[in-house]
Amino acid sequence: MVKLQIDHLTKHYWVEREDRNVLALSDVSFSVDDGEFLGIVGPSGCGKTSMLNIIAGLLPYEEGNVSIDGKRVSGPGIDRAVVFQHSSLLPWRTIAGNVRYGMELQRRFDEAIMKQRTDYFIKLVGLSGFDRHYPSELSGGMQQRVNLARALAADPVVLLMDEPFAALDAQTREFMQAELLKIWSKAKKTVVFITHQINEAIYLADRVVVMSARPGRVKEIFRVPFGRPRDLSLKRDARFLELEDSVWKLIEEESDRLGMVAAV
Amino acid sequence: MKTETTLTQTHLETKAPARPRQSFFQKYEGAILGGIAVLIVIGIWQAIWSYTDWISPLFFSGPSAIAKAFWISLTQGNLLADLAFSGKNFAIGFGIALVSGVVIGVIIGWYRRIRLILDPFLNALYAAPRIAMMPLIIIWFGIGMWSKVFIVFLSAFFPILVNTVAGIRNMDRDLLRAARAFCASDWQIFKTLAIPGSVPFILTGVRQGVAVGLIGVVVGEMLGSSEGVGFMVAYGGQTFQTDTLFVGFVIIAFAGILLTSLAERLERRFSRWRPER
Repeated sequence: MVKLQIDHLTKHYWVEREDRNVLALSDVSFSVDDGEFLGIVGPSGCGKTSMLNIIAGLLPYEEGNVSIDGKRVSGPGIDRAVVFQHSSLLPWRTIAGNVRYGMELQRRFDEAIMKQRTDYFIKLVGLSGFDRHYPSELSGGMQQRVNLARALAADPVVLLMDEPFAALDAQTREFMQAELLKIWSKAKKTVVFITHQINEAIYLADRVVVMSARPGRVKEIFRVPFGRPRDLSLKRDARFLELEDSVWKLIEEESDRLGMVAAV
Repeated sequence: MKTETTLTQTHLETKAPARPRQSFFQKYEGAILGGIAVLIVIGIWQAIWSYTDWISPLFFSGPSAIAKAFWISLTQGNLLADLAFSGKNFAIGFGIALVSGVVIGVIIGWYRRIRLILDPFLNALYAAPRIAMMPLIIIWFGIGMWSKVFIVFLSAFFPILVNTVAGIRNMDRDLLRAARAFCASDWQIFKTLAIPGSVPFILTGVRQGVAVGLIGVVVGEMLGSSEGVGFMVAYGGQTFQTDTLFVGFVIIAFAGILLTSLAERLERRFSRWRPER
């Protein structure tokens, strides 16, 4: 069953500095099934983040259509929650206060349920005992767990993740990927996960959308053939590396086209 | 395969750390070293005052003479009345400045148009030394308490206002984006982001306001008053009672230290969530 549908989405930007119109996304179409984990990879400047912002309702669009359960997206909604690249936690709120922040803004649950859900999701992301700490007392990886708990606690239909592990060191990132899969297997949400890391997308996703650069187009969509649960050692499996390599070639083609191999 | 699972596991089960124990000296290192230094300086000063004739009592004073003058004005003079007068003027003026500065600052910070209209006036008044208006204020309010209240208000109002405006405006774009994504209304953004985010700024304004407010009350009393600690200093100077002058000066210094450290403490308490500074 299709949860999120994107049809012929095109997005223009007016770039003040260059005094011209830039085409960020051109005729992007794909769909995400209910409960599916969709990864989106592409070189920098392929409009990934613009697309996520459009799905989140944070960026208006004129051409094409984005719909969730057949309903057109025209602004932020309680059916979506975003995990941002920067943890964007309220520094004056404790971890518990941050986890309940999304629910509080959406006013969907009464106090008792909010309290219950806060506790549940703090535990789910493995931060029990830290609920009275402040974000500045937590490491980057732990802050992103809070970020994830805040989004999940709001009980979205679609969870949008915008390069959530990009700012973490390589080791923490690996742990967080494994953790995310574990949490996802319990929370069972439809996920759109944006990254510039090919192996991250393959390791996490059911299907991967490869995007082209400037303007952002869907270059290819492929299904990840590995079953679940997936262990981190999968990343060193020959078939995994082969798949990673073929995606890398697709993106390299793109970079060649734009003459920016080194920039990817 | 096995090791990876266990690694993830330990990663998960980290417990909240306990605060490390500190010895008494480590905890109060600043207070102890600073206190000893102050005592040594006062000791040397007193020794020079008592055992040499390097200090002329007309131009300067010594710790024991100041203490004696303090005791005399406390028991026989007007010290308590002067202190009460200055303290009351400061408290009323500062209170009005705090409330109005924060309220008007929040409004100006939140509504862009109001800010654009008022900006030139605020900048001019913020930059100008308000104390220079004291003669005018005396014409308006006379030499009684209200001219002092007004100069304290005028001094403290602008730092509080300007910092509040900066605090409201300085909203983190990432936080704003997150709040919007969770369907936050303008009112919710105001309540949950703008106001708490501006608290450290407001407290910086309070600290600056305390400092200039003190200057305001003292200079105000020096320029036109018949009571107050500022008057005491001015009177001591005019009548060559150097010891009395010093008593007033020491009291003002202590009031400054006390109020500023109170404000600093408040500032620190409310920015506990800030990363190490």
